[in-house]
Amino acid sequence: MAIIVVEVMLKPEILDPQGVAVGAALPRLGFTFAKSVRQGKRFEIEIDGQPTPQQMAEIEKAAATLLANPVIETYVVTVQA
Amino acid sequence: MALDTVAIARQNPDTSQPFAELGLKPDEYARIKEILGRRPTSSELAMYSVMWSEHCSYKSSKVHLKQFGDKAVKSDALLVGIGENAGVVDIGQGYAITFKIESHNHPSFIEPYQGAATGIGGIVRDILTMGARPIAVMDPLRFGPADAADTRRVLPGVIAGVGGYGNCLGLANIGGEVVFDETYLGNPLVNALCVGVMKHSDIKLAKAAGAGNLVVLYGAKTGGDGIGGVSVLASETFESTGPAKRPAVQVGDPFVEKVLIECSLEIFAEDLVVGIQDLGGAGLSCATSELASGGSGGMKVALDQVPLRDATLSPEEILMSESQERMCAVVEPGKIDRFLEICKKWDVTVTVIGEVTDGDHLEITWHGELIVDVPPRTVAHDGPVYSRPLAEPAYIARVNAEVISPPIPKTPIEIKAAILQMAATPNLADKSWVTNQYDRYVQGNTVQSQPDDSGMIRIDEKTHLGVAVATDANANWSYLNPYEGAKLALAEASRNIATAGAKPLAVTNCLNFGSPEDPGVMWQFAETVRGLADGSLEMGLPVTGGNVSFYNQTGDVAILPTPVIGVLGVIDDVRMRTPMSFDRAGLDLYLLGSSDSNMSGSEWAYLHKMRGGQAPKADLQREMRLIDLLVKGRTEKIFSAAHDLSQGGLTATITEMVLRHHIGAIITVDDPGVTLFVETPGRVVVAVEPGKVGALKKAAGDIPLTYLGVTGGDALVVNETSISLDELRTAHTATFEKLFG
Repeated sequence: MAIIVVEVMLKPEILDPQGVAVGAALPRLGFTFAKSVRQGKRFEIEIDGQPTPQQMAEIEKAAATLLANPVIETYVVTVQA
Repeated sequence: MALDTVAIARQNPDTSQPFAELGLKPDEYARIKEILGRRPTSSELAMYSVMWSEHCSYKSSKVHLKQFGDKAVKSDALLVGIGENAGVVDIGQGYAITFKIESHNHPSFIEPYQGAATGIGGIVRDILTMGARPIAVMDPLRFGPADAADTRRVLPGVIAGVGGYGNCLGLANIGGEVVFDETYLGNPLVNALCVGVMKHSDIKLAKAAGAGNLVVLYGAKTGGDGIGGVSVLASETFESTGPAKRPAVQVGDPFVEKVLIECSLEIFAEDLVVGIQDLGGAGLSCATSELASGGSGGMKVALDQVPLRDATLSPEEILMSESQERMCAVVEPGKIDRFLEICKKWDVTVTVIGEVTDGDHLEITWHGELIVDVPPRTVAHDGPVYSRPLAEPAYIARVNAEVISPPIPKTPIEIKAAILQMAATPNLADKSWVTNQYDRYVQGNTVQSQPDDSGMIRIDEKTHLGVAVATDANANWSYLNPYEGAKLALAEASRNIATAGAKPLAVTNCLNFGSPEDPGVMWQFAETVRGLADGSLEMGLPVTGGNVSFYNQTGDVAILPTPVIGVLGVIDDVRMRTPMSFDRAGLDLYLLGSSDSNMSGSEWAYLHKMRGGQAPKADLQREMRLIDLLVKGRTEKIFSAAHDLSQGGLTATITEMVLRHHIGAIITVDDPGVTLFVETPGRVVVAVEPGKVGALKKAAGDIPLTYLGVTGGDALVVNETSISLDELRTAHTATFEKLFG
C-alpha cells in the first residue's frame, strides 16, 4: 500500500484571502513571528501496492482536472511509502 | 532593465519599445510620441496602451454611442448622465437610484468562478463610487449549449462565483437571465448589474479639484493581478529568474469589499472626499488619469508609496495591476486625519500617494525619479476614435428571405408533447437550480425576484416606495434585425417592469458583440445603438450609461449580437404590485395584445434548428399604451395577476403561471399549435376577477383583448389537451438538476 500526496497551493502571485486572514489573526493571538501566510490544501490518496508509471500519469491528470485549478494553482505529487 | 525615466526617454529617443505587443497600432504609438513630444517612458507606454484599449477607450463604439447624447430624452429624473461611473435617477421622496451593467465575459471563460466573482465586485464598486449604498445585483448570463462539455465547466463556476461574491457582500440577487446558444460556447457572456440607493445630496463624482488636496489609495494592497498583457515589459525587468508570467486572472476577496463599502459609506456620510474613483480595469492608470482630468489636470503621485502585496512588482505593473477591492479618493488636507481614522477603524489599508497640483500634467515618480509626465486628458479621454468600416453582412439578406415554418403540433397528443418539451428546454426551464445558489432575500427588502418578470426592492420602509429592474435581450431577433432587436429588447424590459405595475424610468445597457474589425459585426453594433437610441427617445426613457464588450468570438465566428437592456422603474407602494401569477381558482384569463403567426426567432423555431426569417417590427407606441394600461390596472386594482409573454410565447407564460401557486388553468385558443408558440411582442396574460372584466375592457382602449379561459383545477388544460400540474412541474424543474446537479 502506498499513499500518494497531492499538495495544492495558489500560485505565488495570486491573492490568497484565507492566508491573509490567518496572517492577520496570528498577531491578534500573540504570535508575532509570521511575515506572511499562504494556505493550501493536501490530498492523501491511498492505493494498493506501489504506483505504476501509468497510475502516476493518471493521478497527474486528475490533479490537473479536479484537485487543482491550474489557472490559479500549482500542485506537487509525491509518493509516501 | 533599469528604470525608464522621463529624462532617459529624452536622452534615448530611439529606444525600440514593445508597443505592438501591448496592443497599440503604429499610428497610435506615433500619436503618443506627438502628444508628449518624445517617446513615452515604459510606464507611460503601459498607461496609454491600457487606457487606449478598446475596453477602456471605447474607440470603436464612441462615434455610435454619441447618439445616446444626440437623441437624449429631456428627463427631470436624470440626475447624472452618461460619462460618470454610473447614471443616477431621481425616484422621488428625496431618493436617487444608480444602476449599471458591466460585462466580465473573457475573464469568466478563463476562470469561471473568479471571473464572475470579480465581475460582481467591479460593478458594485462602480455603484459605490457614485456615493450610493449597493442594495441588489442581477446577472444576465449566456452560455454554450446546455449539454456541451465546456458549459458544464463554465456554468457551475460562474453561478458559484456570482453567488459566492454577492452573498458574502449581503446583496440580494433579484434576477437575471440564463440563456443557451452554440455561439456562446467559446465565449460565455457574464454581465452583472448593480443597483444602489442614496439621497440626492450624496452624489459623488470622479474629479480631483483643488490644488493641495491629497490623493489617497485605500482598500486592498496591490498585487500582480490581471496584468498578463504587460508581461512584455515585466519580462525585461525580471530576466529569467523572477515570476516570469503574470496572471491574467484576478482573485477577489468579498470580505475586503464588504469592509470597503462600509468604510466608504462612512467616509461619504461625513463628506470627507472631493472626488472618488474605484480601481477597476486599468487600475491606477485609469483612476489617476480620470481623477486628474476630471479636475484641473494637475496631479503628483509617488508610485513607490503604493502598498504592495508582491514587492517585486515594477512601476509599469503597479500602474496596470487590476488588483480588486481598491479605491482612490481626493481629500482636503484638513479632512485627512478623520479619513485615516475611519479607515483604521475598519482595518482598511490606506496610503496618501500624492496630491493635486495647480499644473496641468499628471506626474508620477518612482523613488524620486519622474517616470510619467503626461496631460491626463490625453490618457483618459483623448484616445483614438475609429469610424470603423461597416457593412450589412451577407447573411442578413439570406436569412431574412427564409420562410420559417417549423412543424406545427396538431393532435392533443402532439400539443401535450410540445408544451412539455418547451417547459423542459434549457432556455425556458425552471432556473431555481441557479437562483437557489444566490441569496435573494438578504437585507429583507426583496419584493420580487426570479421567476417574476422583474426584480423589485423596497427602498423606503415607511412609505413602501420601491424600484423594479429587468434585463432583457433577444439575440435571435437581434441576429435577424439588430435595429428592431434593440427596440424589442427595450420594449420587453419595460414591459417586464410594468407587469408588476411599476413605471419605467431609465435605461442602461451592456452591448455584447463580436470583433469591431469585422464590418458585419460593426454594422450589427451600429444598428443596435441606432435602434436603442431611437427606441429610448420614442419611449421617453433616458439612457443613463452602459458598457460595450467587443471581441466576443471564437475564431472567426462572432456571438449573436446580444444587447442586454436594463430598465429601471419606480412603484409608489410595493405592497400594491400586481403579482406574476394567480393564487386562486375562478379568475378570468385574458391575453392583452394581438398575436400573429411569425415564428422567426422563436424558441420553437430554435428547437427545430431554424434561425432565419424576419424579426417582428417593434410598435413602441402600442407598447407604451400597454405599459400605461398595466400601471393603471395596478393602481385601479383591476389585475389579480399579470405575466409578460416573451421567449417561449404563451406556453412558457402559462406554464410559469400555473406552477407558481399550483393553481391550474383551463384555456381555449384558436389554432393552438401556432398560438401557444408564437412570440409576437407586446403581449401580456392577465388574470382578473369576473366582476372586473368590465373595468378591464374599459381600461384596455385599443389594446386587443382575447378571452383565454379561467383559473382552477390541478391541470393545465388547453383545448382538448390536459397536463397535470405534477407532470408539467417535473418537466419544468428536472432539466437543470439533470444537467448540472
